[in-house]
Amino acid sequence: MKVKSNRAKFGDWMFVLLCVLVAAICLIPMLNLAAKSLSSTNYLIRHEVYIWPKGFNLDAYMKVLADPKYLKAFAWTAFLTVICTIISLTMTALCAYPLIFPGLKGKGIINVMITITMFFNAGTIPNYLLMQQLHLLDNPLVLIIPSCLSIYNMIIMRSFFYGIPDSLRESAEIDGASFFTILLKIYVPLSKPVFASLALFYAVGRWNGYGDALMYIKNKDLYPLQLLIYNILNNINSVEVATQEGFNTPGLSESLKSATVMFSTVPILLIYPWLQKYFIAGVTMGAVKE
Amino acid sequence: MGKNTTVAVPKKKVNWKIYLKRYWQLYALIALPLIYLFIFRYMPMKNILIAFKEYKLNMKLGDMPWASNHGMKYFIKAFQTPDFIKALRNTLMLNILDLIAGFPAPIIFALILNELCFKRFKKVVQTIAYMPHFLSWVIIYSLSLQLFAPNGGFISELIKASGHEAIPFLGEAKHWVATYVGMGVWQNFGWGSIIYLAAIAGINTELYEAASVDGAGRFKKMWHITLPGIKPTIVVLLIMNLGGIIGGGFERPFAMANPAVMNVAEVIATFVYKVGIKGLKFSLTTAVGLFQSVVGLFFLLTANWISRKLGERGIW
Repeated sequence: MKVKSNRAKFGDWMFVLLCVLVAAICLIPMLNLAAKSLSSTNYLIRHEVYIWPKGFNLDAYMKVLADPKYLKAFAWTAFLTVICTIISLTMTALCAYPLIFPGLKGKGIINVMITITMFFNAGTIPNYLLMQQLHLLDNPLVLIIPSCLSIYNMIIMRSFFYGIPDSLRESAEIDGASFFTILLKIYVPLSKPVFASLALFYAVGRWNGYGDALMYIKNKDLYPLQLLIYNILNNINSVEVATQEGFNTPGLSESLKSATVMFSTVPILLIYPWLQKYFIAGVTMGAVKE
Repeated sequence: MGKNTTVAVPKKKVNWKIYLKRYWQLYALIALPLIYLFIFRYMPMKNILIAFKEYKLNMKLGDMPWASNHGMKYFIKAFQTPDFIKALRNTLMLNILDLIAGFPAPIIFALILNELCFKRFKKVVQTIAYMPHFLSWVIIYSLSLQLFAPNGGFISELIKASGHEAIPFLGEAKHWVATYVGMGVWQNFGWGSIIYLAAIAGINTELYEAASVDGAGRFKKMWHITLPGIKPTIVVLLIMNLGGIIGGGFERPFAMANPAVMNVAEVIATFVYKVGIKGLKFSLTTAVGLFQSVVGLFFLLTANWISRKLGERGIW
């Protein structure tokens, strides 16, 4: 608030206190998890670990790092995430860019086609049967292609493109640049913020997603990390997990599970704060109606 | 002016040769996304026919016989299936509770943040509050175990340490619902506030200054300036939420559910997965999915229509 009076001082601190409380509520579950992953079995069995590790040790992380199944799933998911992000960003730009040209014929029909898909989805089973018909079941491509374009994200990118002055495009046209060159040389370089924001959205979506793998993938070698963790947490196929002796011991299983979860979360937690400026712009832009 | 223009532009007839020579690249660029949409968004729509047919493995869609009762057999059957009725009830219940608890939370948080006058501190709080949004539902499920497990859960141990009896957060229906909704609010309140903060930033600051001159206090300004200022945003988001009241994703309920509370945790999405993909009852579950899509669309259109009648802007 711009205008401040002395009377407001006490109130200001009340709001600070409120925010500290909110921040604590956000952090405590993660701190608790981290503490459990770093604590020794003795304290875990006695349920004495809260938000600070007791009997600090890295055994659980060592065990996780020594588990080839887990590492493979981690690497596979990282690979998937990178590929998906690149393909999705390309598809999004390819879809958004032509739609900003006022002279494009058939734009109306294309827009209607696109909008319909936002509000009506064929449903789980028709989609599943399509994957079957396309021989995509149990195929690694099923984790990449069907989710490679989000119309919602496309609209965000399009709004950003609209914000780039037409005059830039027009002067390039006069200089004889093709539309493709204009996209590569003008729109992409000027749109770094929106690319950063959407890259984060797509990457997080792929890194965190497990529903498609659950439905379309039976081959355990192709499981993304989250699905593997889900199975570990629920003791499904624990025989499949190399460290199974650990997962069945009380105490140790606690710290192992915590370490597994921590390990899969850390990459995202390290990245998102740096992109805050961009994703805020992205979310805000998605809400702007043309 | 009139006579000089005779030489200029012939009538609006499109010369396709010239037009395409200029624009073909744009069509080439958008071709791939359009093919994608056609294959992955429109082609599955023909499979919806299965809801009206008897699904037969190894038979082409066109050859499958129509279901009895003018093809409505499986829609009727769905409503005679107690498990589906339960899933429908749970979907509505959880979504309505989510809306009641989860919709105001980001608004309140945005209002609180807006009152902070320490910029650095505000940014740190925001960063922390956005964190839960970046966690997957599997991770959030594991966090809920770490917090609420009867033995060793953070909250459960605190409650026990204070001499009270442990609360069955995860094992008993009512408490599980509260945990489910609570974790949902936890995951989304920070992220949801972004949009409201943007809306608040758009409010004319002179209004606040004028109100201060008139002697309005903090809460008066909140009520009479900030809230009316973000009302259009609130309405649009409320419409979208009301439109989704019968929808809902798969990953959250599937991850958060456990066998002890299936009575309240089974929603349409998980029902379709279990009975359809696992149980291979494709016709029944396609019918269920179609019912959900159509009713969802109806809710969305109705909410939009009502909001326009009330003089607010709709979502289109």
